[in-house]
Formats: sequence, C-alpha cells, structure tokens
Amino acid sequence: MTDTVTVDPLATGPDIGAVRREGGAIKDGTGYRVFRVVNALALTLICLVTLYPFLNLVAKSFSSEGFIAAGEVNLIPRGFNTATFSAVMGDPLFWTNYRNTLLYTVVGTVIAMAITTTYAYAISRPRLKGRTFFVGLAVFTMFFSGGLIPNYILVANFLGWRNSMWAIVVPGALSVFNLLVMKSFFENFPVELEEAASIDGMSTYGVFARIVLPLSKAVLATMTLFYAVGLWNSWFSAFLYLDDKELFPVTVYLRNLIAAATGTESVTGGAGGDAVQIGANIQSVTMLLTVLPIICFYPFIQRYFVSGLMLGSVKG
Amino acid sequence: MSATEPEAATRGGAPAASGVAPAVAVEPTRRRTRAFGRRGRGGRGEGGARLTWRKALRRDWQLYTFLVVPLLFLLVFRYLPMLGNVIAFRRFRPGGSIFGEEWVGLYYFEAFITNQQFWTVFWNTVILGGLTLLICFPLPIVLALMLNELRSRRYKKLVQTISYLPHFMSIVIVAGLVLQLTAVNGTVNQVVEAFGGDAVAFMQRPDWFRTVYITSEVWQTVGWGTILYLASLTTIDSQLYEAARIDGANRWKQTWHITLPGIRPTMMVLLILNIGSFMAVGFEKVLLLQNPLIYSTADVISTYLYRVGIQSAQFSYGTAIGLFEALIGLVLVLGANGISRRVTGASLW
Repeated sequence: MTDTVTVDPLATGPDIGAVRREGGAIKDGTGYRVFRVVNALALTLICLVTLYPFLNLVAKSFSSEGFIAAGEVNLIPRGFNTATFSAVMGDPLFWTNYRNTLLYTVVGTVIAMAITTTYAYAISRPRLKGRTFFVGLAVFTMFFSGGLIPNYILVANFLGWRNSMWAIVVPGALSVFNLLVMKSFFENFPVELEEAASIDGMSTYGVFARIVLPLSKAVLATMTLFYAVGLWNSWFSAFLYLDDKELFPVTVYLRNLIAAATGTESVTGGAGGDAVQIGANIQSVTMLLTVLPIICFYPFIQRYFVSGLMLGSVKG
Repeated sequence: MSATEPEAATRGGAPAASGVAPAVAVEPTRRRTRAFGRRGRGGRGEGGARLTWRKALRRDWQLYTFLVVPLLFLLVFRYLPMLGNVIAFRRFRPGGSIFGEEWVGLYYFEAFITNQQFWTVFWNTVILGGLTLLICFPLPIVLALMLNELRSRRYKKLVQTISYLPHFMSIVIVAGLVLQLTAVNGTVNQVVEAFGGDAVAFMQRPDWFRTVYITSEVWQTVGWGTILYLASLTTIDSQLYEAARIDGANRWKQTWHITLPGIRPTMMVLLILNIGSFMAVGFEKVLLLQNPLIYSTADVISTYLYRVGIQSAQFSYGTAIGLFEALIGLVLVLGANGISRRVTGASLW
C-alpha cells in the first residue's frame, strides 16, 4: 500500500512559498542569516531617515524661535508653545488660501473626472468607429506637448484666464495615464450586460449612468483620489497665472513664505536675523497644516494609489 | 518633455513624479499581442461588414456625444499649444496672434545657440539629469530586493507605507523641508558639527547643490519607485527558486540568476521612461530650491526658460528653447526604446 502513502507532490501542489520561508530542504548559511539581520536593520534605518523630516517639522512647530535658531531642535520640541499655531491660524489670508485650495481641488477634480470618464468610456467600446485614432490622439500628447510658453500664451493671453480659477482647474483636467487606466477597466466590462440593457430599451446614456458608473465605483474612487491629491499639492499653475493674493492656493502661500524667509537669509549671509527664525517657525506650522489632510487620509488612500498604479502599468 | 508643461508636471495624475507616467506595460510583449488582437475590431458592425462613418454616426451618435467635450479639451489645451510652438520661428507680439506675426526662420535658435549662458544651463541639465538617472534609477530596484527578503509580512507592509509617504507630499513641502534641513542651523549642520566639522551654508554654495538635489530626489522617489518592481517580483515562478536551491545556488546566486532576469522587462520599461524625462529634470523642485547665488550649478534649461521666457517675456526665444528641449526628450525616448527593443526585446509599444 505504499502507493497510497506516497503523495504526488505535483498533484497536491506544495506551498513552495512556505518551503522557501521555512528555509526548505537546504538550511540557510550563516552568511545569509547575517544578511537578513543587516537587511532588517538597514530597512529600519531607511524608515527612520524617511520619517525624520516630518518629525523634525512637528518638533519645530511646537518649539520657540530661540531654540530653532540655536540649532537645538531635532525630534523633541524645545521651549514648547502653541503660539506659532495661533499666529498662523490668526492670519485671515491663510484661511482664504486654504479655502481656495479646497475649492480648486473639488472643482478641478469634478471637471477632470467628467472628461476622463466620458472619454475613457467612449474609447473603451469596440463598436466605436475610429477608436484607434481617438486613443492615439490622447496618447500622442504624452510624448510631445506644447511647451511652457505656448501654454502660458494660450491661457493667459488668448483665453484671458489670468487671475481666474479656470486657469488652475481646466488646463490639467486630463491625465492620459488615468485615462488609460479607466479605459482598460471599462474594457473588461461584460458587453452582454450592456446589450441586454439596450435590448430592454435603454439608451447609451442610460447604460452609462445606471449600469456602468455604479459598477465602477472602485476605479472611480481611485481616479478621484489621483486627481484630488494632484490638485491639492499643485502650485505651479497658480504661481504662473495668479497675481491676486486672495486667489492663491495654500501651496503658493507657503511658497511665498519660504521664498521670503530664504531671501532674507541669503541677504544676511546666513548669519540668521530674527526674521529668518520666526520664518522657520511659521514655515513649519504652515507646512504642517498643509500636509495634515494628506497625512490623515494617507493610510486609507495609499492602497488605492498602489492598485491604480498597478492597474495602469499592467494593462495600460 | 512634458514637465515643461505646467499642468502635466503638477498634476500628471500623481502616481508618477514626472509628467510621463508609466502607463505602459510591465509585460510589454503581452500588451503588444493584446493590442494586435484587438486591431480591426473597431468600426465593424455586427455582421463584420465595414461600417461607413455616416452609418456609424447614425447608429452610435449617443456614444459619439461622449467624445465632444474631451476632444474639444484636447484640441484647445493640448494641440493648440503644440501648434503654438510655431512662434519659435515667428516673431510674437503681446496682444497679437498666438501664432506670432512674421516668420523669422531660425533667428531664435541661433540666438540661444550662440548664447554662452544657454550652454551653461544645458550642461547643468545634462549633469543633473545624468546623476538623477544614475542614482535614482537603480535604488528602487535595490530597495525592492531588500523588501523582498523580509519574512515578516507585517513589517514589510510597514516599511512600504513609510517609504511611499514622501511621494504624496507637495513639491512645495519637499522644498521647504530641504531648505530647513540644510539651513545653517538645520539638522544636517547639527550632524556636521557633532562630528567636529564647521557648519556649511549648503544652499549658498554652488558645489553642494547637486548633492542636495539628488539626496532629496532619492528621499522623495525611491520608496514609491519600488511598487512596480515588487509587483513584477511576485510574478516570478517560485519553482525556479526551488530548482536553483536543489542545484546548490545560494541566495546571492538566486538573486543574480533568477530575480534580476525576472524583473528585467520592468527595469527596461522604467529605464526608457527615465531616459525620456532626462532633460526635464524636476523643473518645479529646482525652481523652488535655486537662488541666484547658486545659478552656476542649479540653473537648468527649464528654469532658465521660465526666467527668460515668462519673467522677461521673451516668448519666442523661450519657445525655441522649449522646443529644442522637447525634441531632445523625444529623440532620447525613441532612441532608448529602439535600442531596448533590439537588445532585450522590451519596449514601450
């Protein structure tokens, strides 16, 4: 009865991952065991180095100027105070600009999603004549684009969007990467579902709004996050097209703060006047308040980003 | 290429640091066959008969209405500026046509080619781009391999979560952090002084700019850069490792002979993309970090273009430089793609 006892390894499919994890038949050499310890330690060190700037930022936010100026603030706040927070949050311009960021992010995301979703759906349908052409039209812009100045002339001179919200939210409204991710998602949609709906008398609009969109919540959420985080972090188009302080997003507010502080520093030759140090203090708090929403949401949104990137790269 | 275009760089969909997103295949060959298999399906009716445009429009007019706004958008915000590049060859007057007033031939190209300052920023760009490529391209591979050796799943997840974090920060924040850490009283100088050195005003010394820039680039991009490698590591057949073990290969040999060849297609695709964005070295970050004291190393083509083109309003001159930069980018990506296809079989399309 030996035959019944001997299990065919191929038939049961051994968990090779487990074999590898356990060290398999051949034991790991001493060299490899040393390597594993060193590797784990090195990765811990990498994590600490990655986190350090943020921790330093938090420490500086709660420290007094004197200790920062003396270069004594690392991980622990020195001369603990929350006065800087009150100072920054007491500036009405900061809140105006913060609200602008929120507004630009929401409006920009809505516009971008509308364009991306409709475009992606149309080019994902095999029955669309001229499909290859419409795909190519978008993909070509990834490799060649009008430069900075033609774009600037178009938006500022031709469209007259200087000091207008539209200059921030419209020109970047389509990311070809996101478009291709969505297209590949819609392509995997069973055609039968739509055919059945259209036999029941549903129009293309009906199919799109009542069948396709409700079933695509995951990819829609991912794309919304891509656009929203991009818009929240963006500063250059606002810097380029806006002169009116009241219209700035908070990133430009922060940029001007930093530019003012470092400008002083280079004039005084790094000797460090008081203005610079108050700047460093206020800079830290402003930076902290700007990244706070991202940091709070980060643990929840991170996996959407990872899955979106994978979806795009494997199927794009 | 597209980093000279403000929107593409700031919000190119977030996942890629550069404007050119890796929207291309990790498994290029597979993608090619798929695309090939699909060719010719579009534009055929149910019977497989060739559809005329008139019939297609009548049957699918609702579907075509989906395209109206996106195509209008592409036309105005992507293709119009592309045509706007023509002002590199035409004199532009503020308030005049966006396509310029009269032909001037290669006047503006000659202007920058004979300009000594242009060549300074050109070589700065090449050096900074080259260093970025040399250092920021291989490090994600190393980090991915290190993560792959971790046995604790939870610890691996933790390291990943932490190392992805800088990718989500605005460039303004990154620049702010860099300026604070490298300040005379910043952490870097505290360390220098702890080892008995003298504090260095890093951001006022041209010889330090490249080091500071590359370091911040490593901090910001390496963690996120591991994602595609980690994904392709999981696709390697684990039986290969088992076979190698039986043949007596140690871990190092397994890595060298199985893991690295296994992720080679991913490496090639990302290398091509990196080479394509070579000339567009982090425009926004350089712009935020530089100051006149360190222009001799910190000024690159895109920031020079911004200063002369936008701030000094020399639109045609700036456009000529931008076009030159974009063409180099295009040639680099096509060249790298061609070489890669011939040598390794991996390519973008």
